[in-house]
Amino acid sequence: MNEYTMPILFGVIIGTLGRILMLRTDYRQYPTYLHGKVIHVSLGFIAASLGSVAIPAIMELEFTAVTFLTVAATQFREVRNMERNTLTEVDSFELVPRGKTYIEGIAISFESRNYLVIFTSFISTLTFIVFDVYIALIAAIGCLGISMVLMSGKRIKNIVQIEHCPLHFKGAGLYVDNIYIMNIGLPERQDEILKYGLGFVLTPKNINTITTIANLGQRQAILHDVSVTLGVFRDSGTPALTPLIKRDLDDGRIGIFILPQIRNVNKAKKVIGAVPVLESAIRMPSESSFFRWRGDE
Amino acid sequence: MKIEKAILAVITTNRSIVEGGAPIFVCETRKEAEDISANLEAITDGIAHELSEELFIIVKH
Repeated sequence: MNEYTMPILFGVIIGTLGRILMLRTDYRQYPTYLHGKVIHVSLGFIAASLGSVAIPAIMELEFTAVTFLTVAATQFREVRNMERNTLTEVDSFELVPRGKTYIEGIAISFESRNYLVIFTSFISTLTFIVFDVYIALIAAIGCLGISMVLMSGKRIKNIVQIEHCPLHFKGAGLYVDNIYIMNIGLPERQDEILKYGLGFVLTPKNINTITTIANLGQRQAILHDVSVTLGVFRDSGTPALTPLIKRDLDDGRIGIFILPQIRNVNKAKKVIGAVPVLESAIRMPSESSFFRWRGDE
Repeated sequence: MKIEKAILAVITTNRSIVEGGAPIFVCETRKEAEDISANLEAITDGIAHELSEELFIIVKH
């Protein structure tokens, strides 16, 4: 035991705790894998150790020890690759796949969570050494709070209005409101779709969200989340029963056609609203200088 | 170039309007055409699309 034992231990415990808390918040993205959880808690422990050890190293004037953090960065980029590979492998066996954009989003969040853990442990150990355990505890709780806020992200309901619109056929064409979805030739399939399907229209609230929800990856994420949460009325070999999202080219609204097993309109609205807005789908044309600079109007 | 969609079969009640490379199934009535389309859809894992009253195609997506 020396003067740094307690601060390091404190930092490691807080950091690992932070990782466990953040694993809980991503329940939707990563359901039920017990072994996956063990992997991520262990990596969180390593991240926490690295964050905690940095401060004593600097205090002992061992500045080169900080280069260890670069090893950490490499290590956690590897985590991102691992998540991406696993989820891509598994994705082809999903009835409604997650899509590459969603997988990338999950992989990115797994990497960044480890950096948040390093940061939390770093601050906890620093405040423990500079002040005392009580102030360190307050700082740690503050850091965990900030991590939670940073990790929550936007939801679809923040950027669009969700309305229920009944499905209907014009000839063989399936429509949600005025948005064409697909051509279904057989009358029995048409009956099934009218019986089991639900239609929704998402109206974007501003110019940025038009492009965001038009993103194919974002649309696939909506379909995947709805199908996982409410079930899906389809099987392999029934491609006619595929949930789809199509876009109204006129005004950027999107029409959602889903085949849930739980046919409850309000629940479906809530599930669609709770789908995360994917980082790689977010576009901000309003930030472009062409919109802000009004010189040649 | 990878072709992702293909017409696997054509089902019609009017032989004179179709021609070409895909297998063509000629039926007497619309009911018969629908039944054959439903079977072919299940067998080929494709989707039956209706182009007109007399014409169905099975497409692999």
